[in-house]
Amino acid sequence: MSKPKVAFYWCASCGGCEEAVVDLAEQVLDVVGAVDIVFWPVALDFKVADVEALADGEIAASFINGAVRTSEQREIVELLRRKSKAVVAFGACAWLGGIPGLANLRTREEILAEVYRDLPSVADGAMPREEVEVPEGRLHLPRFDEDVRTLDQVIPVDYYLPGCPPPVALIAQAVTALVEGRLPEPGTVLAPDVALCSECPRRATKPEDLKLERFVRPQEIVADPETCLLAQGLLCLGPATRAGCGAPCVAANMPCTGCMGPTGRVRDQGAKALSAIASLIAPSDPEGVAKVAEQILDPVGTFYRYSLPASLLHRRVGTDGGRPAEPSEPVAAAGGGEPR
Amino acid sequence: MAEELTARAPSLNGGPRIGVYVCHCGLNIAGTVDVQAVVEFARTLPNVTVAREYRFMCSDPGQELIEQDLREGLVNRVVVASCSPLMHEATFRRATAEGGTSPYLFQMASIRELVSWVTADPEDATEKAKAHVAAAVRRVALHEYLEPREAPVHPDVLVVGGGIAGIHAALTLADAGKHVYLVERESTIGGHMAMFDKTFPTLDCAACILTPKMSAVRAHPNITLWTYSDVVEVSGYTGDFTVRVRHRPRYVREDLCTGCLACIDACVHKQGKVPDEFNLGLSKRKPVYIPFPQATPPVVVVDPESCIWFKTGKCPQTCVEACERDAFDFTQTETFDEVKVGAIILATGFRTFDPRRIPEYGYGRYPNVYTSLEVERLLNAAGPTAGEIVLRDGSRPTAIGIIHCVGSRDVRFHAYCSRVCCMYSLKLAHMLRERTGAEIYNFYIDIRAPGKGYEEFYDKILREGVHLIRGRVAEVTDEAATPEEEGHLVIRAEDTLLGMARRIPVDMVVLAVGLEPQPDTEDVRRLFNISCGGEGFFTERHPKLAPVSTFTDGVFLAGACQGPKDIPDTVAQAGAAAAEALAMIDRGAVALEANTAHIDEERCSGCKTCVGLCPFSAITFDEERQKARVNEVVCKGCGICVAACPSGAAQQHLFTDEQILAEIEGVLAYV
Amino acid sequence: MSEARTIVEAPRAATADRFEPRIVAFFCTWCTYTAADLAGISRLRYAPNVRVIRLMCSGRLDPQFVLAALREGADGVLIGGCHPGDCHYQEGNYNALRRVELLKRMLRDLGLEEERVRLEWISASEADRVQRVCNEMTERIRELGPLHLSVPGDGHRRAAVAREPEPVGGEVG
Repeated sequence: MSKPKVAFYWCASCGGCEEAVVDLAEQVLDVVGAVDIVFWPVALDFKVADVEALADGEIAASFINGAVRTSEQREIVELLRRKSKAVVAFGACAWLGGIPGLANLRTREEILAEVYRDLPSVADGAMPREEVEVPEGRLHLPRFDEDVRTLDQVIPVDYYLPGCPPPVALIAQAVTALVEGRLPEPGTVLAPDVALCSECPRRATKPEDLKLERFVRPQEIVADPETCLLAQGLLCLGPATRAGCGAPCVAANMPCTGCMGPTGRVRDQGAKALSAIASLIAPSDPEGVAKVAEQILDPVGTFYRYSLPASLLHRRVGTDGGRPAEPSEPVAAAGGGEPR
Repeated sequence: MAEELTARAPSLNGGPRIGVYVCHCGLNIAGTVDVQAVVEFARTLPNVTVAREYRFMCSDPGQELIEQDLREGLVNRVVVASCSPLMHEATFRRATAEGGTSPYLFQMASIRELVSWVTADPEDATEKAKAHVAAAVRRVALHEYLEPREAPVHPDVLVVGGGIAGIHAALTLADAGKHVYLVERESTIGGHMAMFDKTFPTLDCAACILTPKMSAVRAHPNITLWTYSDVVEVSGYTGDFTVRVRHRPRYVREDLCTGCLACIDACVHKQGKVPDEFNLGLSKRKPVYIPFPQATPPVVVVDPESCIWFKTGKCPQTCVEACERDAFDFTQTETFDEVKVGAIILATGFRTFDPRRIPEYGYGRYPNVYTSLEVERLLNAAGPTAGEIVLRDGSRPTAIGIIHCVGSRDVRFHAYCSRVCCMYSLKLAHMLRERTGAEIYNFYIDIRAPGKGYEEFYDKILREGVHLIRGRVAEVTDEAATPEEEGHLVIRAEDTLLGMARRIPVDMVVLAVGLEPQPDTEDVRRLFNISCGGEGFFTERHPKLAPVSTFTDGVFLAGACQGPKDIPDTVAQAGAAAAEALAMIDRGAVALEANTAHIDEERCSGCKTCVGLCPFSAITFDEERQKARVNEVVCKGCGICVAACPSGAAQQHLFTDEQILAEIEGVLAYV
Repeated sequence: MSEARTIVEAPRAATADRFEPRIVAFFCTWCTYTAADLAGISRLRYAPNVRVIRLMCSGRLDPQFVLAALREGADGVLIGGCHPGDCHYQEGNYNALRRVELLKRMLRDLGLEEERVRLEWISASEADRVQRVCNEMTERIRELGPLHLSVPGDGHRRAAVAREPEPVGGEVG
């Protein structure tokens, strides 16, 4: 019996997810031994043509991390979709849009202008173009899309591995399940469907009638290392975030920022987290409520840190005028892309 | 809970088959909405197997349409597009149940109150009706099979407040064989009515009609009367309340005192020492006292604030000596009782407006300015002057002004009409004239005399020669403008009928103070979990159709705590409240709302967000399992916890996230 | 952008030169919904643009509902509850206030005009207020223009984060 073929790919991401695979440490060798890796641009020298040569559905599973922002990313994930039995959205960015997804607060034009023209370190202000004539011929660069999308806004996704990056234990579980051919129902998030408080060591210290008069940021206090962080006024999103990570941030005395995404019954992580947190505000008069609420300086960045593209609104409103996005001028994605 | 019920649900034979029934409501709907178009539209919606129209869906034949389609298996879920669910949801749920399924596999689309009655353009109305039908169809497809739930009712009743409202309600219930706990804060029942001399318009003596009822309360085997007591804690829910009552010490044993009053005579104080509360400070009482001769129970009270034994520890205790029954017990302390009741009637009454808030009327500054309630005491034969109308200096008034609407119908204080002041002012005018022969001037805005015999009474007073001057009084002053005014109080008012300003010199001014909520209304409201309107009176469930019920099931209202009213209305309302309580008790069980919250334990992370949010303490945290749990009998179904639950583990029956989201999509997408 | 959601056609009355906003209203059953019924009984005509969804209490308002309405094509969302102190459930309206306050702050940062989400206290007797608020809001949103959201479809999204079907009772039986 031949070993299952797997592929790894990265889109708009930081590389942390790739690190997480390597973090499997000795286990990574077992994985390498148990599967046949057919594509892994960050680590192994395969070409797109190698993937194109495979039969449709020949790859048992593609693990794709990162959000989708460029034409090239779309092209490759569509290819991988065709060639794969299962596609796993690997990490917060692929599932929910992740940190790169916060770029949906700006228009494409604003971002390009900032990066290529307005930053003090920019000298010539040249904009990247999709087609460039060079002495050697014509170069094609990927197109930089209007907005950041989650993987399942581009291709059908079978499984989601949450986290920024996904916890090693969950990756190992997923790969083992794959190798052993006992994957759950398609659509499953491969993590416990319960919020982080369930595995938080500080849960017992959370009061039943918590009412918050103020919110503080981690740098403003020395948090008690034993007590529930939310009870100390820190915006801990643990109650609105999936478990499965073992609460390492809380162990480091830092509040949960929500990278494991929402639980299964929640459609919009930010809105639900906001609802829970707002309900704990102590005052009940408009001025009092406003005074507490305004201490949350960046509500979008707080509640949608990892999930803006997956949110119900998807992006800042009015940034595309409601028109289907067509580039006003051909502009290519920055930084080229993977070798082809 | 949901799972449990699901397991018992009968087969629905496959997926949703929805019946849509569009009501014409005569022309109320069909006159604006194109019903035929809505029906045709409904037929195109997913899962709809039957769509019909009918002139009056709420009629028997209309309901029969639903029941028959259900019985024949054509449909297994029902949408009725007609009036508001607040009007006929119960009707159609019943019809759905009659059809052999859960009454909750039903959803109503309001196309009358929300559409035909408020939309001018028929095409707009038809489109809007379609949107609401589409929403209901989407929603009902997601409804759960729920069984109606009931809880047993404890047969005893708590009545709070021993005025005429509480007395009447308690007697009605007790006569019907129910046990009643009547709790009164003062040392006697009787309330304000006991302070009045006569009652309008019949002029029968208040005590003569009240005191027999007071005695009946005391004698009734089904009534436990707790005076000098208050309710300090209420828990539980309709049909099963637990009430904690505090008894303050009177320092006299109620079971021994016979009310002979020998102790009062024997008190070391030969004269009254402190202002008598019952006489509104117009006379003085001793530290050992009884508010009035017919006080019920007829048990004296010792006021530790003024009794020298309590203050100094040195007193020959002549009162104790005088008591043949050895009823005194200076060691008494607060005691508590805890009782179970099924229903609660609140009859906590009112207080009168404090006219010091209108300084231009001079109350508190001029000794001869009285409140109407003070005059009631002056007129009363058992009052401070034994019924003589004499001023504070002992003289008899020859001219008296009565100012109506003091604190009422005045946007500075209370915008509402206190409803009783016109009539009692006319009554006082009659009685003061009868007792003193003085000229009486009533200053009024309008005369409101809408009760039985009231207009006739007004007419009688007019014919007796009382001067009625229409106009609001500007001020009461002792500054004389003419020699004739010297030594008198002068009432300045505009006479709006004559169109001129007038100055009327009088010896006595009576302020017809309005009725306002008791000062501790807010505490009582919280204690019993009911609501108050803007003015502070308790809010009835419906101003017309549920005037004695509250939004808290099992708690009823009687008398002026719900709003100003006269004695006949108070008694009628007390009877109604008693009847509502009786109906509930005799049925033996109360239907519980289906729309309670519940927590899916597997999805609960134990974050406790919900626990502190529940206004009814219906959510507890199970320390052992580390999960929150809703007591669905205590839960009132607001959904606060559901909206707050950050992991979607809390859900509300009939208002799940999925159902509401389906409704949102429905009203917007139409399909 | 082939998978971009097509914006549903606005109601009939919309024409090229007249935009008809669509407003979803969440009314609590005890106060504002009752007031809306009273508006009906009193035959107070108001703009047909408002679609009312009944909740037991404004405290049931999940911010997800507001966003879902906007996503599904609403140009504005109105929330109606009992006046402070009058909540049938004592504190539900305070929770609505807290959530809407924080939500509006977040929506501001997400580029949404303040007036598109409105919280109003309307008691059961204030039918005229229902009429006025609905008319006012319709006009204001008409001025603001349509809320153009272009949200990628959920077509590829499977059960994991999409709404889970309610375990419908008895269907399997």
